[in-house]
Amino acid sequence: MSDPRDNVQQEFLAEAQELVEALSRDLLLLDEAHHRKDRIDPSLINEIFRGVHTLKGIAGMFGYRHVGAVAHALEDLLDDLRLGRTPVGPHLLDVLFDSVERFQRLLALEDPQSPEEEPGVQEYIAVIRSIGTEPEEEEGDPLDRYAIEPAVLSVLTEYEEHRLRACIREGLQLFRLRAAFDLAAIDDSIETLRDVASDDAEIITYLPSMEGGNEDTIELVVLLASRVPEAELKNHFEGRYGSIEALAERTHLPTLPPRLTSIPSRAVSMGPPGEDDSNQASLRSVANSVRVDIRKLDHLMNVVGELALVRSAIGRIVERFKGESMHRQSLMDLDRIGRGFERQLAELRSGILDVRMVPLGQVFNKLARIVRQTAREHDKQVRLVVTGASTEIDKLIVEELTDPLMHLVRNAIDHGIEPADARTRVAKPPEGTLALNAYQKGSNVVIEVEDDGGGMNAHQLRESAVSRGLLSADVSHELTRQEMLNLVFLPGLSTTSEVTDLSGRGVGMDVVKTNILRMGGMISIASEQGIGTKITVTLPITLAIIRALIVTVASRTFALPITAVREAIPYVPADVRTIQGREVITLRGETLAICDLASLFGFRASTQKEGRFIVVGSMGNRELGFVVDGLIGQDDVIIKALGKSLASIRGFAGATDLGDQRVALVLDAPALFTEYFDGPDALRTLETRA
Amino acid sequence: MAFHALIVDDSSAVRAFVRASLEDADFARVQEAETGFEALRLLAANSFDVVIVDVNMPDINGLELLAFMKKSPRQQGARKILISTQVDGPDAKQGTELGAEAFLQKPFEVGELRDLIRRLLASADEVSL
Repeated sequence: MSDPRDNVQQEFLAEAQELVEALSRDLLLLDEAHHRKDRIDPSLINEIFRGVHTLKGIAGMFGYRHVGAVAHALEDLLDDLRLGRTPVGPHLLDVLFDSVERFQRLLALEDPQSPEEEPGVQEYIAVIRSIGTEPEEEEGDPLDRYAIEPAVLSVLTEYEEHRLRACIREGLQLFRLRAAFDLAAIDDSIETLRDVASDDAEIITYLPSMEGGNEDTIELVVLLASRVPEAELKNHFEGRYGSIEALAERTHLPTLPPRLTSIPSRAVSMGPPGEDDSNQASLRSVANSVRVDIRKLDHLMNVVGELALVRSAIGRIVERFKGESMHRQSLMDLDRIGRGFERQLAELRSGILDVRMVPLGQVFNKLARIVRQTAREHDKQVRLVVTGASTEIDKLIVEELTDPLMHLVRNAIDHGIEPADARTRVAKPPEGTLALNAYQKGSNVVIEVEDDGGGMNAHQLRESAVSRGLLSADVSHELTRQEMLNLVFLPGLSTTSEVTDLSGRGVGMDVVKTNILRMGGMISIASEQGIGTKITVTLPITLAIIRALIVTVASRTFALPITAVREAIPYVPADVRTIQGREVITLRGETLAICDLASLFGFRASTQKEGRFIVVGSMGNRELGFVVDGLIGQDDVIIKALGKSLASIRGFAGATDLGDQRVALVLDAPALFTEYFDGPDALRTLETRA
Repeated sequence: MAFHALIVDDSSAVRAFVRASLEDADFARVQEAETGFEALRLLAANSFDVVIVDVNMPDINGLELLAFMKKSPRQQGARKILISTQVDGPDAKQGTELGAEAFLQKPFEVGELRDLIRRLLASADEVSL
């Protein structure tokens, strides 16, 4: 018998990841509520419990025994929490937060089914189990205060019964709402009902009845608990949702003040069956989302690319026969069809791109956890301010982005934001602020990580670079302040903890930069001592398809991503000057460095005198002019990776098919910028001059 | 002998697991419901041979669905399996009263699920003979 688990393994991993992300999100809400001493929404704790419960179940079924074991221990703890047997406290929250990373690690294990002990798992489980529970105080069952029909009680789960007791204990009155719902739209109707109820009442449960229902509608009896007087609730719900009535209290119990009760309620009995005349199976599904492997989308995008080539072929046929009167009508038809085809294709492409997009909020949620954790570790007070969480970016980029951003956030708290007492001394509020801002800018997404900490010490950075032999002393004195700050990205400079503490910025900034560049992005830094630091990451919205400027250099065709291009201007040899060994021109009063792509790539220098262009590239806060021989035009191109043997060549992001059996290399603009401004060559130039 | 089954569980991995376990070798035709509401829709319009329902679901829970099925003329022939946290917990006890004939505790195995269903269906045949 084949094991069906193999086929659904992916389904498991996707769901497990979602559950862990939801857990992380919910824990932050719980932490916030606890921190602000707000009333903790019982449904939040129940959600957390349910997520962990599901994770335990599926982990066991798919053989992830460590995940299952941790989830099991947590489930017991959370069960106590939701049933009111354990209070929420800082230690408990820490233990819960720990679980998020632990789950992520355990889910990533290569061999999750290995019977080997995973280091630390047993210890962690012991910690979870060590959190004690307090027995629920019982002073008579509060449920006895109400005459609730056994038919209702019999369908309450343990948790619902607990909520019912808790509500009665808090002095809430119980109500029964009876309403018919259209089965096809019941989800939306319930959502609205929940919204209406949210402030005034807690919904304990929904009981489907058979009274007044048929194949299209169903009557639900909704059990509510509320503080709001009956008349007001009637106003609220009746008319909109059938009838509402207060549940009768048992009058002989003196524990609650006597209340006026409404007519004795009917038992929730299941009445005669509705009409049964249709044999048609309703296969309608309410699930309105699907999970898709991103490789399938890549494949679709490739198909779109092929179709675009078909479209170009049609266009060329039209071109070829233009002017021939014989098939004029057919040609016009073909041209029209070709245009229609192109419109639909554009639509299809943007549809596929749209599916790939996810809100950055996904990453920001993870970062919020890191902020909390790092702040606690370093005993600092940090307030996180997030803007633009709904900004969307390619799913693949989001995946790659988490680590670098996590690094930046850790650095900002570890080395940027000062301890409370130090802040107070310089008249700053004791609580530091870390801002995560995201917004779209053209076809790029900009993410800023900004702190109001101590800022970076540019001079110390420079001295460290010199003392580490990364820069000669003479050259170092010619650096601008910005150039000194950029030294933090040099490999070998920011990797030592000692420097870290001096420079006010953390380890591994070179790695962060490399990762951002690999995604076709750019990173820049601004920092004022005593005021704070802002790191700006600019990324393309998608990696799947890019708009490119097609240029020629030494009779070869290249594509330059339009996200990196600001403008193109005619190249006038007479305007070129040389400053400090670099060719520059003056553009609108500003000095612009230019770089001849032919000589950069080692082609024979162009003999072409006329008709050349400077394509002005812009990345972060830097600009560079690329000298090219000709401009062909703009095109949407799909980047295909270069083979393994070519992967190590810098300066190219990949290749693309332009149709007509023409292939163009796609220039990697960020890499060219780096090569020109900060690469080993740039430094060497500085050394030579010294 | 393919029979008609419904799995009600808000976990897509569990639904996929049950579907893969039962649809293998034409053992069954499986329909899925992610929520109690979706289950109500399917239960109102189809007759099932086996209904597997998780007790812990938001809004309409598994016990409420059992109570609904008990009264539903369409589901009188359905064998009902309840998935609960503990097979001997309070939820399971209530489930028995509401007509659940068997219980599963997560995690369960492919073989466990199939054997359970075979047993339930065999006993159903005896009754009808």
